[in-house]
Amino acid sequence: MAAPAKRQTDIGPPHYEQFLHPVIKKNYGTWKYHESIKPGVIVHVAEGGDKIFTIRAASPRLVSTDFVRDLANLADKYCEGYLRFTSRNNAEFMTAEQKNIDPLIADLAKLGIPVGGMNNSISNIVHTQGWVHCHTPATDASGLVKVVMDEMIDYFKHEKLPAKLRIAVACCLNMCGAVHCSDISLLGIHRRPPKVNDARVTDLCEIPTTVSACPTAAIRPAVKDGKQTVTVDDSRCMYCGNCYTSCPAMPLANPINDGVAIWVGGKVSNARSMPAFTKLAIPYLPNNPPRWPEVTDAVKHLVEVYAKNAVKHERFGEWANRIGWPRFFELTGLEFTKYHIDDYKLAQKTLRSTAQIKF
Amino acid sequence: MADLKYKTPLLDELEKGEWPSFVKELKRAAAKKPMADGLLGQLEKSYRDKQTYWKHGGLVGVQGYGAGIIGRYTALADQFPEVTAFHTVRINQPAGWFYSSKALRQLCDIWDKHGSGMLNLHGSTGDFVLLGTTSEELEDTFTEYSAAGWDLGGSSSDMRTPSCCNGMARCEFACFDTMALCQDLTMTYQDELHRPAFPYKFKIKIAGCPNDCVASIARSDLSIMGTWKDDIQVDQAEMAAYAKAGKDIQGEVVGMCPTACMSWDGKAMKINNKQCNRCMHCINVLPKALRAGKVRGATILVGGKAPILEGAQLGSVVVPFMPMKAPFSEIKELIQKLWDVWGENGNNRERIGEFMLRVGVGNFMESIELAPDPQMVLHPRENPYIFYEEYFEEE
Repeated sequence: MAAPAKRQTDIGPPHYEQFLHPVIKKNYGTWKYHESIKPGVIVHVAEGGDKIFTIRAASPRLVSTDFVRDLANLADKYCEGYLRFTSRNNAEFMTAEQKNIDPLIADLAKLGIPVGGMNNSISNIVHTQGWVHCHTPATDASGLVKVVMDEMIDYFKHEKLPAKLRIAVACCLNMCGAVHCSDISLLGIHRRPPKVNDARVTDLCEIPTTVSACPTAAIRPAVKDGKQTVTVDDSRCMYCGNCYTSCPAMPLANPINDGVAIWVGGKVSNARSMPAFTKLAIPYLPNNPPRWPEVTDAVKHLVEVYAKNAVKHERFGEWANRIGWPRFFELTGLEFTKYHIDDYKLAQKTLRSTAQIKF
Repeated sequence: MADLKYKTPLLDELEKGEWPSFVKELKRAAAKKPMADGLLGQLEKSYRDKQTYWKHGGLVGVQGYGAGIIGRYTALADQFPEVTAFHTVRINQPAGWFYSSKALRQLCDIWDKHGSGMLNLHGSTGDFVLLGTTSEELEDTFTEYSAAGWDLGGSSSDMRTPSCCNGMARCEFACFDTMALCQDLTMTYQDELHRPAFPYKFKIKIAGCPNDCVASIARSDLSIMGTWKDDIQVDQAEMAAYAKAGKDIQGEVVGMCPTACMSWDGKAMKINNKQCNRCMHCINVLPKALRAGKVRGATILVGGKAPILEGAQLGSVVVPFMPMKAPFSEIKELIQKLWDVWGENGNNRERIGEFMLRVGVGNFMESIELAPDPQMVLHPRENPYIFYEEYFEEE
């Protein structure tokens, strides 16, 4: 920094225009169509005939500054110094020169970065902070992403699924990400109510806010040993952790009971079927770091059954809806339990109010 | 890497395998930064004990802003003093997440000076996330970033950092200029972004077409999603070329159309556009031959959110079609009305989608001066408990 720094506020982000590759800038708003070149590589063609090739590269999302500099160096070498990131945290390199594609992919491979995640593949996993940086997680997110993508790597590098398959990980019910609407979702879950630290409630918490934080009205104000505190009706608690966010004296992390639930069949796109929430497939799997074998086995199994049975362009949930969920449980061999039957708001909408049944 | 302070046998297992490893990244940062080393040490303990060791955030920030920094402290300061304070700084990303290598190096150089050297590219809301610095560093960090032309994003009960797909920059499906709108809204509402004054968070996500690559319908309180009103444009010559190349047009496209609005006789594609619901499937499969119509704008949906508190909601339609051209005054008027009504009447930590259901969607539409429209619902109400407001009095 040559000149002394001048502090400014409310200037907003730099304008995007200065970060656009010249071919993108020139053809902004005039793209005509795109075509696949090979897995992880597409070309967009503009009305005027200009082409821009996009190479999509994996990223662990949680990265060092040196990782970013590695990407920046490749952007200088092949892409006139420009690159972008996707909404699923992949890095994208754009070049007007088809001859750059293979050398760039080779350079990425030297850095240990695979290319893929387009079209009918598993793209990068949208995920949260987990044990790395959050106060409410029931599992780790980065670790789950790493082991699941290690297991599913061929589905990232090749486009061999019936349709795109989006996996998401959230480490608690706050779901910082679109976990409630993905093809396969891994959700960190608590299974025991918070333990109230009565001695600290008045120091750390505002009681009315804590009481109103509960979606099931399980929390009541109380007095113990002459001190104001709160009590939790265990039978009403669904372990969402919202009270803990309001009141640090109510921790609910529980190493022997916390774990992972697996949900399937959600989507956000409007293509063919409407956007949909994920549905419960597996209510609980244990946390077994560092490699969570029960979770990776389950995901692999779910993907393989889907890949074998769905038709082209059919997303996971569309497949399950077409064959019917009873058949889904039959084909996957998953146990159907009372936990699979909703008992919260609008549960009635999920019941089978018809005699139309496939046997 | 032999000189790191903490042994991490469990995390070392996550350096194996083909997917890029975040543990390798942590070690790269730890080689230069004790803070990243401390993070590794604490994370190893979490992996051993199966629980987090982060406490609640505290109130930290920079002068004049109430947002953009998220406080974070370890519960184990005695064991991992390097991460005693480990705050997050959210830098507002450029629209569409486009960068130059120069900009990325600048962002990284400043961060290496002031923090742990670890980042999230990107956060769920869209920000360029800097992970881990101390309270003392915040002012200097912000000063240096803002002097270089970068600003903080949102956090807490404010307008969160808007984000968008790459739209017209590199996608033929974009029905309007998502990046221009994203930049415009971000600049228009700097105060709402930096100084929380709402009942709760308010996320805006902008998608150029109904494919919704930014998951706006699921993840944002206000989803602005590109669409068109007139007929799908058909290039019959390109249709024939697809057929000649062996594309199964009947099976992959016509047979999968959710409204059964198209037919293909081997020569011409016919579309009953009155019946089309703009799902994008045929355009996705045949991008060379089919394109959105020419009368383009956006569908506006409100109320998307994750489960906390009252259960997950998808955004629902408030305006079926709105033109979407600069200066974007129509959408700004709507945003202002949403904020006025919800800001005035929303409860503490009540998202606008929950507020809408609590007061009744019909009443909510009335309060933001939108006439009831059958496009707002999948079907009319089934429940006969109606709060009638009109009645006759005895003469």
